[in-house]
Amino acid sequence: MKVSIKVNGVQYEKEVEPRTLLAYFLREDCGLTGTHIGCDTSSCGCCVVVMDGDRAVKSCTMFAAQADGHEITTVEGLAQGGALHPLQQAFWDQHGLQCGYCTPGMLMTSFVLLKHKPNPTEAEVREELAGNLCRCTGYNNIVKAVRQAAETLQAAPATK
Amino acid sequence: MSTETTVTGSLGVPMKRKEDPRFIQGKGNYVDDLSFPHMLYMAIVRSPYPHAEITNIDTSEALKVPGVVAVITGKDLEAAGLGWLPTFHGKDKQMVLAIGKVLFQYQEVAAVFAETRGAAADGAEAVQVDYNPLPVVTDPFTAKTDEVLLRPDREAKTNHIYHWEVGDKDRAEQALEASEKRIKQRMWFPRCHPAPLEPCGCVAFFDTMGRLQFHVTSQAPHVYRTALALVTGIPEDKIHVISPDIGGGFGNKVPVYPGYVCAIVGALKIGRPVKWIESRTENLTSTGFARDYHMDVEIGAKADGTVTALKVSTAADHGAFDAAADPTKYPAGMFGIVTGSYTFPVAFAEVDAYFTNKAPGGVAYRCSFRVTEASFAIERGMDILADELGMDPVELRRKNFVRKEQFPFPSALGFTYDSGDYHKTLDVALEKIGYPALLKEQAEKRAKGELMGIGISTFTEVVGAGPSKHFDILGIKMFDSAEIRIHPTGAGIVRTGAKSQGQGHETTWAQIVAEELGLDPQHIMVEEGDTDTAPYGLGTYASRSTPVAGAAIAMAARRVRERGRKIAAHLLEVGEGDVEWKDYKFQVKGVPSKSVTMKEVAFAAYTNPGQNEPGLEATQYYDPPNMTFPNGAYIAVVDVDKESGEVKVRRFLAVDDCGTIINPMIVEGQVHGGLTEGFAIAFMQEIQYDKDGNNLNTNFTDYLVPTSLETPHWETASTVTPSPHHPIGAKGVGESPNVGSPAAFVNAVVDALSPLGVRHIEMPVTRDKVWRAIRDAEAKRGQS
Repeated sequence: MKVSIKVNGVQYEKEVEPRTLLAYFLREDCGLTGTHIGCDTSSCGCCVVVMDGDRAVKSCTMFAAQADGHEITTVEGLAQGGALHPLQQAFWDQHGLQCGYCTPGMLMTSFVLLKHKPNPTEAEVREELAGNLCRCTGYNNIVKAVRQAAETLQAAPATK
Repeated sequence: MSTETTVTGSLGVPMKRKEDPRFIQGKGNYVDDLSFPHMLYMAIVRSPYPHAEITNIDTSEALKVPGVVAVITGKDLEAAGLGWLPTFHGKDKQMVLAIGKVLFQYQEVAAVFAETRGAAADGAEAVQVDYNPLPVVTDPFTAKTDEVLLRPDREAKTNHIYHWEVGDKDRAEQALEASEKRIKQRMWFPRCHPAPLEPCGCVAFFDTMGRLQFHVTSQAPHVYRTALALVTGIPEDKIHVISPDIGGGFGNKVPVYPGYVCAIVGALKIGRPVKWIESRTENLTSTGFARDYHMDVEIGAKADGTVTALKVSTAADHGAFDAAADPTKYPAGMFGIVTGSYTFPVAFAEVDAYFTNKAPGGVAYRCSFRVTEASFAIERGMDILADELGMDPVELRRKNFVRKEQFPFPSALGFTYDSGDYHKTLDVALEKIGYPALLKEQAEKRAKGELMGIGISTFTEVVGAGPSKHFDILGIKMFDSAEIRIHPTGAGIVRTGAKSQGQGHETTWAQIVAEELGLDPQHIMVEEGDTDTAPYGLGTYASRSTPVAGAAIAMAARRVRERGRKIAAHLLEVGEGDVEWKDYKFQVKGVPSKSVTMKEVAFAAYTNPGQNEPGLEATQYYDPPNMTFPNGAYIAVVDVDKESGEVKVRRFLAVDDCGTIINPMIVEGQVHGGLTEGFAIAFMQEIQYDKDGNNLNTNFTDYLVPTSLETPHWETASTVTPSPHHPIGAKGVGESPNVGSPAAFVNAVVDALSPLGVRHIEMPVTRDKVWRAIRDAEAKRGQS
């Protein structure tokens, strides 16, 4: 079947098997390998991408067909004009990653979290990130990073 | 003379990680990100039975599935001499694809190669295998009876794999007999799984020169190359192993798995690249598990608490093959560290290992080989002893600690502990946590019937395998290596035989080189994981990177410095003996104004080396003279809800002494991660099998990884007692928190429940287990 999905601002029209998962569409049809796959049960969140700008979705639990006609943002679409997104900067500053495998999903979930809650408490961050597993960091620094990004974004509301 | 600014003091600096920009932008390069023209996908047919004869395998339907190119079975591999794979431990072998029978559920039975991921999965579904189920053995105690023999392929017709012992059994038993106080406790360290977020996988192909290009999630790429050469007969120069970015390893990515051999065979047979990426279920059910040690712990003591003897007898469940990745001479790893931080005059430890119908493994999951099991045994045991003596567990530990003036300390089980200041580390922990106030609060709560617990663990780890006299894997001595090249502009590259999986080697190795040479760490590139370019090394596991490869890097840098000194003498127009390395530059002895930087020396090495050999590089192979012994004092504070059994970890403080700290930010991050894995092991993670041999924890909804919601806030601190034999005094830290924390958690829960008469609780300490313990204790008290 044919799908038409805008990914990071680029329109992709592709012929795919109906069973193609969005995660594999992004990775193999679009060549955007920043979106990772870590489980088969929608548990780990390595595959989280943003749909239509404000919804965090687990792309391994969606068919590419379900994203037909929608806009997807992946980790590759976060940085703008060569500048890191404040979330990316904050994960770097706060040592919010180690092996890096969960990081794209963490970033995209956090991106949507900050859209909806620009100034989250620690408890709110922890609750919103509960669908994203990390085996390396123990989350403490990830939570710090999200809160740093929230501050940066609030100080500069023009930043995306 | 010098106009260059030197870069000073790179060691101990919380430098931001150099590897992060690619990871935060989705530009990491993990094995599943690789794609090659005409690449095929491989899927594995696995056994639904834990123990069964295979009466027939029919691949004809699978071969009719559109896109399926080939199917291989155990018989095909056997015909090619590749039916069995030696395990890293070297004294057993494991089937690549089942031959004749299967020995555990999810065992590899056939491999299907197809044009797409989906077609490979469809093909695997279509392979028809007929099984004749056999009786199942799921624990070492049943295995011991030999009523069902699992491995008729072996010469010895028994399920018993080995007996290993260390120490003086007779003296230990006599001392236990004679002791004024004696405790004995059976503890089971349950089977768990490292479960890195990136599953295992590979891409294999033979290039136009007939050379195997093998991209794989390997913590030990050089060992893979040698093992593949030995197994397949492909000459080692025709094998190129590349371990790209790794999404976490934790010991899971040390062994060579059957899927890798199948992918290579497929690539050879079909002549196209083959990718195999296991699913989460395949990862949890068939690749290296950890622990599964049933330990009987006995401690003897005087009435005043002075320990007099230790004896630990363990039944180890190794699963269907002995695939524990331990050094050859150490089938039970470093279990001899079980005397912990204490001056036992005599001790004895023994391990008997058995085959069962469970997945093979026994890997060092975020610890040095079997050190987590040993640390748990002694730290839980000390708490039980304190309870029996009516002593504060802190005082009992303090009384029996190895004192700092006793280092280097020869332990009763044969290790020589390098350094430590256990009293100081514990004091720092007690002060930071506010121990007296906690005790007061606990007494008040107990008076009200509330359950609050304080758990201590003061562990000693043994890492950095290891001295070549004792340590090898498949005969290869466990040294490590570094090669440093400094370019004309003072930038450089360092390569090692280690392999980062998130530990931050690209940053910390650069810091070591920068510190030793007075160069800018931002311009010291680190490259690992490519067997064509990196010097030979045994890889990264068992906290061996910093103790072994890190030492090699420092020593290689010092060799560079010695070569640089000759060039500096030429530039400064003095004799080599008149040049000293001071304040991160070369200067004429006693004349600080006459100096040159390493950057200037580097330029001269290529432009004006004088009579000296041009260029500026060095290679160092480092054979550690001893292991390193990181240690720590951990304190957990928990509240237990009497009605529901829910445990809330209110505080957790880890004070680690890992010797010299290279990058405190990375050390703290490692401690956070290790504590979280220790927390998971203590409270939620277990690979369970039912009595029929079915694996009950095959995915992340049944095998629990803590989320941001449950994970406690971690408090950390450090003491620094450098290792005397390591060139920069570092000891390694990544695994300490996973080694030391489970006992602290469990001790805290048992302490909380102790007013009810609870003396021990097995991991994972789940809510229902705690609830049952409370209910049973209350029922018992009601009866009495």
